[in-house]
Amino acid sequence: MSDVVKDKWAALRQATPARIALGRTGAGLPTGANLEFQFAHARARDAVHSALDMDALEAELAPLETIRVASAAPDRANYLRRPDLGRKLAAGEADKLNARPLCDVAFVIADGLSSAAVQAHAASVVHAARAKLEGLSFGPVVVASQARVAIGDEIGAALGARLVVLLVGERPGLTVADSLGAYLTYGPKAGVKDSQRNCLSNIHGKGGMSYEQAAEKIAWLTRTALERGLTGTGLKEESGTLTQENAPHIGEA
Amino acid sequence: MCAYSCTLGGERFQFPNLADVMAKATPARSGDALAGLIAESDVQRVAAQMVLADLPLKVFLEELLIPYEEDEVARLIVDSHDAEAFAPVSHMTVGQFRDWLLSDAATPTVLKALAPGLMPEMAAAVSKLMRSRDLIAVARKITVVTAFRSTLGLEGRIGSRLQPNHPADDLKGIVASTLDGLSYAVGDAVIGINPATDNIPTAMTLLSMLDDLRARYDIPTQSCVLTHVTNSIEIINRGAPLDLVFQSVAGTQAANEGFGVTLSMLKEAHEAALSLGRGTVGTNVMYFETGQGSALSADAHHGIDQQTLEARAYAVCRAYDPLIVNTVVGFIGPEYLYDGKEIIRAGLEDVFCGKLLGLPMGCDVCYTNHAEADQNDMDVLMTLLANARAQFLIGVPGADDIMLNYQSLSFHDIAYLRNSLGLKAAPEFEAWLTSMGLVNEAGHLLPSGQATERLLEAAQ
Repeated sequence: MSDVVKDKWAALRQATPARIALGRTGAGLPTGANLEFQFAHARARDAVHSALDMDALEAELAPLETIRVASAAPDRANYLRRPDLGRKLAAGEADKLNARPLCDVAFVIADGLSSAAVQAHAASVVHAARAKLEGLSFGPVVVASQARVAIGDEIGAALGARLVVLLVGERPGLTVADSLGAYLTYGPKAGVKDSQRNCLSNIHGKGGMSYEQAAEKIAWLTRTALERGLTGTGLKEESGTLTQENAPHIGEA
Repeated sequence: MCAYSCTLGGERFQFPNLADVMAKATPARSGDALAGLIAESDVQRVAAQMVLADLPLKVFLEELLIPYEEDEVARLIVDSHDAEAFAPVSHMTVGQFRDWLLSDAATPTVLKALAPGLMPEMAAAVSKLMRSRDLIAVARKITVVTAFRSTLGLEGRIGSRLQPNHPADDLKGIVASTLDGLSYAVGDAVIGINPATDNIPTAMTLLSMLDDLRARYDIPTQSCVLTHVTNSIEIINRGAPLDLVFQSVAGTQAANEGFGVTLSMLKEAHEAALSLGRGTVGTNVMYFETGQGSALSADAHHGIDQQTLEARAYAVCRAYDPLIVNTVVGFIGPEYLYDGKEIIRAGLEDVFCGKLLGLPMGCDVCYTNHAEADQNDMDVLMTLLANARAQFLIGVPGADDIMLNYQSLSFHDIAYLRNSLGLKAAPEFEAWLTSMGLVNEAGHLLPSGQATERLLEAAQ
């Protein structure tokens, strides 16, 4: 490795997760650092483009009833180009949700921009949150593919749910490719504004929010929202310390 | 008969208005498709380009894309148009203007004098008729020199922003990334932090830290915390060491309102920053960021294509004599620029239009993980933009911005451009790098020795 100039400040790496002190060969990245980067990017790309394994997710959600629906985006390429299509159900899909008893809460799982996040964390968060919401009535868990956050509005309205808890795969970064977000919307119906939702972000296993923490916050927000009849900027999360300022831009609006 | 029409291959093409001609003539990109403005076929796009090529440049003075009464950016564009500067090209069509720009008659001196005479729509229109090589060839002829503690835009040089972001604004983490960048000779355009927590106390803490670091090593550069313009005004009032005022801007009044900014706010901030007199070799105190798609994402696009709106944002920038302007080209996502091809095209258009309008135009060569792009596309774009003599490019440690979750260029990439293309950092910064023993006379990095030892003291 005689061609590689090592950087003397490698000890500073403890101060930041940034890719510092990588060393160099000429002006280039050493082979190892270059491959590490490619690996991280490949993992993030796979998280965006891999299809959600619906059977595996349903098995994990059992014994809860699940319904699969598709958004109006016919495939991943269209989903990425047309955020509007990912926000609404494909024609006829709402029929799967009609004529059911009204409920307090419906959980919706949307693949979003990281199927890896949904695969890894969504079922666990649903189970943990439901365990803290005894006494409320629930609709079936709706699993939506090629879906963005606002699809929960149409689903919640069709189910006659008072509140929707939508779990979604967040835009993957190089360090964390499987981060899950949760959006709570009271009175779901088409046309709800983003300012009328509450959001939890960074649910994942690499220093992010744990399932228990997420469940606690979801439960507090759900009960408070049902009691006060609103979600959004008028409802501040008070169940513990939650900083939303650092939340990544999810690009889901 | 429709004023905007042509016959091509036996087929008649009509366009209802000037905005439609502009949109349909634009090389394909996802944001225009999302807005429903994109050409319906490749042939229709060429038909629109042919119509556009035959329009007189003057048409943009006569037919405003957004009415004067409705939009303060339209008023700024019209009121600041310099008819005398425009005179040398005022008789030309858009197509003739392209030919002239590429000709030897359009010298650096002539192009510099022309800039105040051009409306952004004229720059956008001619860019739609130009290939990548055309955009590069013309942009390269244009020199825009700006200065604060370093002088940017001189021939044979390319600047760099050092972007040491941290997800929790951890000071030690930011210093670590800053030292990493300085050791790679990055940071002559600005050391600029995007704060994770966007409030006044955080920004003041970060500014003080950067200013201490700069003063300790007497680094001839400027620092910036990229916070809202109203925060910067307040920070100036509270006496923190603010070098540059930052603001994201867009090409319509409504989109700027989405950013919470008006032209009068920018004027106030510009005057406040000038009053501090902190620059040593120049008085350019503004740092603007723009990017195609920002108006559509704010639902403020008025049926105008995103590239034309981007050029209109440059009219906002140039009113305040900026040190640097940065198009954050691939940041906004694949719904606006889908893949590497679209990002590369947009980056070239933006730097061309910015420079043609007289701006110190740089670029954040970047992409998100859901775009069809990778670092190879960034390699292509940075190499093209360096050849087009962009004012500066952005570098982050290992190309991975751990706070904003996207990929830009690495510090290594800036070193590659300087080594392989024979470009240097700003002269004041270059002298500092040499005196610190960080680079040799050719501007190449030296093996880290005593120089980095000295820098490392700062992190202790």
